[in-house]
Amino acid sequence: MIWNREMETLGRASLARLQRERLADLVARVHGRVPFYRKKLEAAGIKPAAVKDLADITGLPFTGKDELRETYPYGLLAVEPGKIVEIHTSSGTTGKPVVDAYTQSDVDLWSEVMARTLAMVGATAGDVIQNAYGYGLFTGGLGVHYGARRIGANVIPISGGNTARQIAILRDFGSTILACTPSYSLYLAEVGREEGMDFSKLPLRAGVFGAEPWSENMRKEIEEKLRLKAIDIYGLTEIIGPGVASECERQDMLHVFEDHFYPEIIDPASGRVLGDGEKGELIITTLTKEGTPLLRYRTRDVTFLDRTPCACGRTSVRMHRIIGRTDDMLIIRGVNVFPSEVEHVLLHVEGVEPHYQIVVERRDKLDCLEVRVEMTDALFSDEVKTLEAKEREIEAKLRSALLVHARVKLVEPKSIPRSEGKAKRIVDRRQL
Amino acid sequence: MQIQQISVFLENKPGRLAHVAEVLRDNKINIRALTIADTSDFGILRMIVNKPEAALDVLRHAGFTVKQNVLLGVEIEDREGVLFDIMHLCDVSDLNVEYTYSFVEQSSNKAILFLRFEDPEKAIEVFRAKGYKLLTDEEARKL
Repeated sequence: MIWNREMETLGRASLARLQRERLADLVARVHGRVPFYRKKLEAAGIKPAAVKDLADITGLPFTGKDELRETYPYGLLAVEPGKIVEIHTSSGTTGKPVVDAYTQSDVDLWSEVMARTLAMVGATAGDVIQNAYGYGLFTGGLGVHYGARRIGANVIPISGGNTARQIAILRDFGSTILACTPSYSLYLAEVGREEGMDFSKLPLRAGVFGAEPWSENMRKEIEEKLRLKAIDIYGLTEIIGPGVASECERQDMLHVFEDHFYPEIIDPASGRVLGDGEKGELIITTLTKEGTPLLRYRTRDVTFLDRTPCACGRTSVRMHRIIGRTDDMLIIRGVNVFPSEVEHVLLHVEGVEPHYQIVVERRDKLDCLEVRVEMTDALFSDEVKTLEAKEREIEAKLRSALLVHARVKLVEPKSIPRSEGKAKRIVDRRQL
Repeated sequence: MQIQQISVFLENKPGRLAHVAEVLRDNKINIRALTIADTSDFGILRMIVNKPEAALDVLRHAGFTVKQNVLLGVEIEDREGVLFDIMHLCDVSDLNVEYTYSFVEQSSNKAILFLRFEDPEKAIEVFRAKGYKLLTDEEARKL
């Protein structure tokens, strides 16, 4: 189901025209009202009137997360403080929190893009949406809430945690759509099973999952255990919260709501804009937001864009599910490598468990990548040739996924150090 | 007619073999014969012990990747030329040997050649037809 047929299936030329107008308006607004941006634009020698084409966006300065922290709490406001109706912030676990201040028009926009998101799994006024994202400063809870209200669905604002109560509500209120993080959905499935709950007997049919990275394998597991269709949704506090992009029912990459959030992909090292299909850092410009609009915000999330039409009929550009973070990225002989890609390959090799470590060394001025994989009972053979063949098989699969050669070394089980359950994935020994 | 062998995955670094030996000593398990196949990264320790099930258990418990599989134990005379006889027989019978190692008995002039074949069933037939004595699992434990 398409929530806003007019905007979501707009022809590419009309969409580009709309984006161009909105971009020009945005640049004029931030230049006129946000001293931080005026300074940045002037330093870059950009006059708002000169931004006429969509292509002019590549000349605009980026906005970084650190700049958001430096302007905490109200430094990026583009409206009178009295026009702000709601504030959300990030958790601030890695420094000062980043602030998103919403005007009424921003809350309406948020409701619109979240209604689009929920409609991706066919949500209507008849649905019961169990919203297990946290309510509060975190954007997840209220984002889904506003979308559900816009649709007219029955939203149960249970918020995060309290698993026993989640299970009771799933059973007693007949929830049809579950909204939470993917890992929490698996936890719910586990606790539900222990309590003898048969998910196939519940009216639950869809899940909108986001706010953390997950994988296709996890999707399979969630769909099997909870007996529902799981879609990946994407967003971040700085931009609006959830509602930036979402998979449709085809589960084939996430439609970016680009009439409001304009995406670009850049090489994180050089800042150069990359073409469709090329992996790099996702950049988002908030075309219509009033309270705290952002120019070319560096998300640090890594993905790529695809402009081929989706069979669902929506015309928007799609982005691949988040592949990694720029902070985790390794550059090996000029190729960007992400630990998540290595993990993805290993998950598809029979007998291998995703216990691995990536070791990078520089030998004779060349970067050498070694992937250590823990031996398992299923993998072990008493014949050298079988084990060596396994190493070669994994090497070949890594090579085709990473586009760079990685030497595979089988190591003893539990020999890769684990800290707080999370293994230390990367050892970079390069002395530069 | 096949005998139990224990194989252990070892990383190629100091102290690993010592650790296996320590675990076996602590559990009073006696090694009858052993061999190591090694590459630059890892080694595979293969051995015949008096209590294979217990060995499997304690090594697994100590965190090693361990496998139990079967071999042929052919009793041979302890003299020159016998290895050639066996290998020649394998050759003309089109039997492919994956690996082999041996055990020499102290109290007699007999030796045991342990052989891992691609096709162990066929190998049993070939050796039996030529009158070779094949060790039972029971006998191997008492070596």
